[in-house]
Amino acid sequence: MGIDRREFLTHTGKYLLLTSAAALAWDFLKVGTPEAAPNYTLQDHWWGFAIDIEKCIGCGNCVRACKTENDVPLEPYYFRTWVERYHVPNGNIEHPEVDSPNGGYGGFPARYEPGDGSKNFFVPKLCNHCAHSPCTQVCPVGATFDSPDGVVLVDKTYCLGCRYCVQACPYGCRFIDPRTMTVDKCSLCYHRITKGLTTACCETCPTGARMLGDLKNPKDPIHAFLRTHKVQVLKPQMATGAKAYYNGLDGSVR
Amino acid sequence: MPKFPKDTEHLARMAALFLAGLTLFVIARALLVPKDFHELGHFRTGALADNMARPVAFAGREACAACHPDVVDERQGSRHAVIACEACHGALAKHAEDPGSLKPARPDPRTLCLVCHREDVASPKTFKQVNPQTHMGGQACISCHKPHHPEMT
Repeated sequence: MGIDRREFLTHTGKYLLLTSAAALAWDFLKVGTPEAAPNYTLQDHWWGFAIDIEKCIGCGNCVRACKTENDVPLEPYYFRTWVERYHVPNGNIEHPEVDSPNGGYGGFPARYEPGDGSKNFFVPKLCNHCAHSPCTQVCPVGATFDSPDGVVLVDKTYCLGCRYCVQACPYGCRFIDPRTMTVDKCSLCYHRITKGLTTACCETCPTGARMLGDLKNPKDPIHAFLRTHKVQVLKPQMATGAKAYYNGLDGSVR
Repeated sequence: MPKFPKDTEHLARMAALFLAGLTLFVIARALLVPKDFHELGHFRTGALADNMARPVAFAGREACAACHPDVVDERQGSRHAVIACEACHGALAKHAEDPGSLKPARPDPRTLCLVCHREDVASPKTFKQVNPQTHMGGQACISCHKPHHPEMT
């Protein structure tokens, strides 16, 4: 008396199929309707960001404002946004000299002399809010995610502090908050943009080098900016679907 | 019709064990996974509300203009008109909510202007930059320029 291999495999296969179907059905049963946020419809927005390098003066207003607005630890120096100064000697774009003293928090002390044949400029950096973010894909618990309106957010109550996402971000935009040991990053001032305000960094940028934009809103000035400027994203070869568009991005910028 | 073996007791036992395990799994999952998980994606929907809940520190220029239209008029036609109030005056959402609770500090005119206008080769060439030694020889900027309308007339 026995059961041959073929039968055994057939039955096991059937049970496995039925179980997975039941699990799937359970998921569907549990789904409710999402909570309605007052005056803000997730589906109506798709947030992006534009940065005009040719306008950045390296004052550090954005860095200071971000720390104030988002309670980013002042010291040690962690950042949700920071500014880098590039010094490209004699057009040698392969070997730029980059400095960012305290992320630009206290501005940039004079370092390079004019007329030495070099190219110098400031590059503000922040989370690129990628459409295909590598950081959210590696989170083992669903603590960081792409929101339906195109913002990469962190669920602080869910984060284990495993740091996979810190390593996965090709732009170095994440850090572990030493107070909570959970990950922190630019939230695109989600608490402001959902109330109709702009981000703290855009609000305080004196030259308009930073621009928040709703890519789903045809009336948003970001469309005119993207149309009239030659823009590029950081590390396009990573295919992250980055939504921080830079005007005047030099090849030396990493 | 698949042929079932006559003695099926061990199969029934296995099925019972499997069912018990499944039930345990389903119950544990229902208890441990938040109700709003995986509604919009692989995350808690409530995390969106958590991110929205943070208090605002910068009130925004519209809030300032609502009470200080005189300053808005003063800045009219100036290069500084596009700059938000809080870029120089600091985060003042508390002041906007209850003006008595927080009186904005007067920015230090000896350092404030140079935050932006100190000479640096990395700044755009079209941006007004000065060397504090040669441009004003130790004088305060406000002895010649009004911060709200800095153009010399």
